[in-house]
Amino acid sequence: MNDFYIIFTASLVAINCALMGCFLVMRKMVMIGDAISHAVLPGIFIAYYISGSTASVPILAGAALSGILATVMIEWFTKKARLQSDAAIGVSYTLLFAIGVILISKFGENVDLDQQCVLYGEIEQIVFWLQPIGFGLQLPKQAIILLIVCVILLAGVIWGYKGLFITTFDPNFALSTGVTVTFWHYFLMSGVSLSTVVSFESVGAILVIAFLSGPPAIAYLLTEDFKRMIFLSAIIGIICSAAGYYVSMYFDVSIAGSISAVIGLAFILVFVGTRVVKSKVDVISA
Amino acid sequence: MEIWGHINTFFSAENYTLFVVSIASGILCFAAGVVGTFTYLRKRALIGDVISHSVLPGVAIAFMLTGVKNPVYFLIGAITSGLLSIWIVDYVQAKSKLKPDTILALTLSVFFGVGIVFLTDIQHSENAAQSGLDSFLFGKAASMGMLDIQLFSVIAIINVVCIAIFLRGFSLISFDENYARGLGIKVSFLKSFLAVLTVITVAIGVQAVGVVLMAALLITPAAGARFLTNNIKKMLLYAGSFGFASGVIGVFISYSGTGMPTGPWIVVVLSLFALVAIIFGKEKGMYSRMKMRVSNNVKINNENVLKDIYKLAQDGENTITINDLIEKEKYPPSKLKSILKRLERDRHIDQVRGFVILSDNGRIAARAVIRKHRLWEIYLSKYFQLEEDHVHDDAEGIEHVITPEIEKHLIKLLDRPETDPHQSEIPY
Repeated sequence: MNDFYIIFTASLVAINCALMGCFLVMRKMVMIGDAISHAVLPGIFIAYYISGSTASVPILAGAALSGILATVMIEWFTKKARLQSDAAIGVSYTLLFAIGVILISKFGENVDLDQQCVLYGEIEQIVFWLQPIGFGLQLPKQAIILLIVCVILLAGVIWGYKGLFITTFDPNFALSTGVTVTFWHYFLMSGVSLSTVVSFESVGAILVIAFLSGPPAIAYLLTEDFKRMIFLSAIIGIICSAAGYYVSMYFDVSIAGSISAVIGLAFILVFVGTRVVKSKVDVISA
Repeated sequence: MEIWGHINTFFSAENYTLFVVSIASGILCFAAGVVGTFTYLRKRALIGDVISHSVLPGVAIAFMLTGVKNPVYFLIGAITSGLLSIWIVDYVQAKSKLKPDTILALTLSVFFGVGIVFLTDIQHSENAAQSGLDSFLFGKAASMGMLDIQLFSVIAIINVVCIAIFLRGFSLISFDENYARGLGIKVSFLKSFLAVLTVITVAIGVQAVGVVLMAALLITPAAGARFLTNNIKKMLLYAGSFGFASGVIGVFISYSGTGMPTGPWIVVVLSLFALVAIIFGKEKGMYSRMKMRVSNNVKINNENVLKDIYKLAQDGENTITINDLIEKEKYPPSKLKSILKRLERDRHIDQVRGFVILSDNGRIAARAVIRKHRLWEIYLSKYFQLEEDHVHDDAEGIEHVITPEIEKHLIKLLDRPETDPHQSEIPY
């Protein structure tokens, strides 16, 4: 049963990240997702400091504000201070992460939180926090929170699909038709921030980045259709979660690390595969 | 007094190690700042993040192969896997439709994931010597051994020397690769060489501040320095100095508080330096740009009002009142009054009992603005074949910007015209 709980939880993270990651990949903003996933550290710390380790969705949503703060900071650096955008990302998230680490080491004696946990999570421990959900079934607490956030994100994407889609693929056209590009930017960033914050405890920042970038990148190599890309990357994420879990059990190594490694392997397979197919097609058509 | 006590103990002989650590971390941050200047200028700020995450598997493999905690082996492993990550990023970018940001994020997370897999494998194999590998994750400058410090200092210095030797080539490929290629410079060699230096710096730096914060050591000093100068040598010097100062101060702060981490404090100090430069930098800083914008606005407002007073006087109005101007101007009355006050201070007008009188200076200034406006209208209609009713708006903006040199050039180019496209006379 533990196998199921862990794979189920990882899959939920994968689905959340696939939803957000596809937009980030098409908007060329994955590194902002990376920045957010590190920059939420002060927010997470403050949330934990206030509430103890019993994280709940409202508290985590509050923590997600620090992720949005990071995007505001990046915008401020690029637009107002005219810093080039890659440097703006680098400067912002490192500063926020540093502040987070300092806060933890100064006030963190009573808080069960450390850098290690933020970076690569402790998914193997979620099975100690089972919660009955009725019908004699139970789920890890993390999985329930992830499920709630998954529903929120899904609802958000369905509700705002038109706006998100148009500002992703044709921001200039969107601007000219009066769509508020800024609103959809922050709408998406809130989603990324929320999914990062709720995922960090189970899988850590690194696997979040792997899920945000890997499955959408693989799906993008396989299809041009955006909706299909979202579905495909969710499925790829789930498969990688399951495969990664069994790899980690076999070699007795970190689960989050194995899943990232499997995502990398999947990418290499698809990357090489599509290149071989393409070169064959080229040969035939030539 | 307490602070002096701290400083005294800090530099005393008992604290020799701490003194060395602070200097070593200063040297490290100096080297990172200098190398990072090129990373910044080549707009590859985030590659530092990728490299710092990617050194982990190399270090782990080096340990698994040798079984000892030797910084030299670690460094070789770190450099190998760091270079591999850069190569992968470049290769995938060249061979697929994926955008750089996706590839960077994917590469760093997969390399780091693989690194964690190896690291947990080492931990589970219960090798007693494995402790210390963690410093590659989170950085532990304060617990660096003397051997590490000597090695790192030597490499940091070699780094700086290499940059001094190849300064011209590195600058050229940072600003304009194609131009550099045109000059016959070996661009790909220099790029690889710079990559090697960056990877070496990152591999060392990671042990001081950890994987996450390493990107800051490369980028933040350069970001700040860029706002202070346009000269690459000065920029390198500023970035290096920011780095050195932050390295030393960061160690000092973390030492003075209990349980304070070193790396994060270095980054916070570094960010403060950069922020000050970004806000208060001469010419390019936010503050001086804001001041410039304000003074430009003042100039535009003054010239607009002056021009209208002159036109009213030309139209034969003998007595111009403030009310006449309020009717004619787009400015609200309160603003108009402050503009008039400024014009009076500049001795362009006199205000007597509600009447506005143009002074000689004011007349000359107003005629200059109108002249520039009309010259520009002629220029547009003559050289861009614009209709005469299309040229006014453009001239309305440019009249405040044209310098005396451009004006002279325009007069010569247009053969000192008498009237503008609307048949109004040009006042010389």
